[in-house]
Amino acid sequence: MSAPARVLAPPQVMVAERAPRRGIPWGTVLVHAALVACVAVIAFPLYFAFVISTQDLAQVVQKPPRLLPSSHAIENYLEAWRRSGMARLLVNSAIVAITVAVGKIAISMMSAFAIVYFRFRGATLVFWMIFLTLMLPIPVRILPTYEVVGNLGWLNTYAGLSIPLMASATATFLFRQFYMTIPNELAEAAQIDGAGALRFLWSFLLPLSWANVAALFVVLFIYGWNEYFWPLLITNTEEMRTVVIGLERLIPRTGTELPTWNLIMAGAMMALVPPVAVIVVMQRWFVKGLIESEK
Amino acid sequence: MKRTVFPGRILPYLLVAPQVAVTIVFFFWPAGKSLYLSVFKSPPFGGRDIFVGIDNFVALLSDGDYYASVVNSFVFAGGVTVLSVAGGLVVSVLANQKIRGLGFYRTALLWPYGIAPAVAGIIFLFIFHPAYGVLPYALSFVTAYEFNWLLKGWIAMTLVIVATSWTQLGYNIAFFLAGLQAIPTSVMEAASVDGAGPIRKFTAIIVPMISPVTFYLVVVNMVFAFFSAFGVIHAVTQGGPGNATTIMVFKLWKDGFIGLNLGSSAAQSVILMAVVIGMTMLQFRFAEKRVTY
Repeated sequence: MSAPARVLAPPQVMVAERAPRRGIPWGTVLVHAALVACVAVIAFPLYFAFVISTQDLAQVVQKPPRLLPSSHAIENYLEAWRRSGMARLLVNSAIVAITVAVGKIAISMMSAFAIVYFRFRGATLVFWMIFLTLMLPIPVRILPTYEVVGNLGWLNTYAGLSIPLMASATATFLFRQFYMTIPNELAEAAQIDGAGALRFLWSFLLPLSWANVAALFVVLFIYGWNEYFWPLLITNTEEMRTVVIGLERLIPRTGTELPTWNLIMAGAMMALVPPVAVIVVMQRWFVKGLIESEK
Repeated sequence: MKRTVFPGRILPYLLVAPQVAVTIVFFFWPAGKSLYLSVFKSPPFGGRDIFVGIDNFVALLSDGDYYASVVNSFVFAGGVTVLSVAGGLVVSVLANQKIRGLGFYRTALLWPYGIAPAVAGIIFLFIFHPAYGVLPYALSFVTAYEFNWLLKGWIAMTLVIVATSWTQLGYNIAFFLAGLQAIPTSVMEAASVDGAGPIRKFTAIIVPMISPVTFYLVVVNMVFAFFSAFGVIHAVTQGGPGNATTIMVFKLWKDGFIGLNLGSSAAQSVILMAVVIGMTMLQFRFAEKRVTY
């Protein structure tokens, strides 16, 4: 569990260099060509969804399929926005994703701090309890969890959508690992200066762990945004749906409705842009978070 | 090493209280209740639970539909794992060259991880659409076979596997790239000196040295496909056509929340608990070896 520093070392040369030759470096060209092909294959579904979202229905169903954007983007996006109640869906998803991410980080940081910096009865028990949550994903406790949330009166509430997802073994382990790498002298110095435990956590540890916090935030935000099973179960009103659930409503299940694929794709684009944008903008943190939080 | 500790009798308990509360109320209590319910039969419209012992499990194990869902789960999880891990390895080896723009390629390959499997499924649903989809259209020039996922189970399964793999690929690439960069340059140079070509280097050096990462990713992708890919099934195929894409988690949901067969649903939860415990143990058993790459 201690490889991250090495893992994140700058790229090294993997293939031994041949003696430099004049002319076009065909090997490099070939690698670039292959990589561009991979990127194109991976990007194609998104491009296709975007193209469909800009067409009118006649263009959507035409043969051969039209693979170029058309001019109906604005009307499609407005109509999909209106028909799915997108504003509310996006706000709900943002609230849930941010609450889950911040909540997990906060309670994990506190638990890890207690485990590393205090000696108390039951510390080992607490550690194992948190560890065991790894083995209890939602499906293995689904009915009773639903019942608990119902008894608390949390169906169709933000509390119900986010709090049951908050325990986090991986975040707790990450903070624990990080605190263990901090030299003892820092805590000693803080104590000599008269700083209490909470002061030490807030003014010393927190500023030192911003990189970890940012990395975890990105990963947990994506997790919260994309969770499907849980919001599907505990919400049944239009106002409380998150966007990944609400999107399904745009798909007609009866044979009589004409499927408005351009609107469905416009809805899909709006649901996927926020998490993808977070990854692209924060990609450095994201890769760090992925790799370290899974150790 | 002795660590500096802070004094305090109550404070540590206050600090762990929120996490412990969530753990007990939403994890251990419900998991225990799942175990309890799995040996009872609960009348769906109220009344007392009736103890039935292992009847719920016996009923499941003699139910052909349940077997089908187990097989579907392994086909689905296996398909996602093979496609996204093998694909991720090949792309990573390509990207791990001394070339410009590595950062760009990594982001350009990684971003689909942000897309929910359900949303990815909806996009692939249209790509696979029997009447308007671009894929059946392209294939119609090659073969007369009708690629209709609404009618043919294996095509529906392919659809959900491809859509889920698409979102997972970037995750695997991130890990493989990190692992590949930890392979010492000297080893690769030595192989070059000995006259190993690119393919020989791949099979004789890269694959063995990266195997701890590969193993880790296989377990993580299996767990993901088993437990977190419910959305793609629910949003796209609804388990169909027939039961062709009904994976264990989908059947659990359907039996519990649509069929209101609480005892059977709880028994299915307990079986899934055994699966996830097995997979997690496997992962941690090999965790020590993982750091040697």
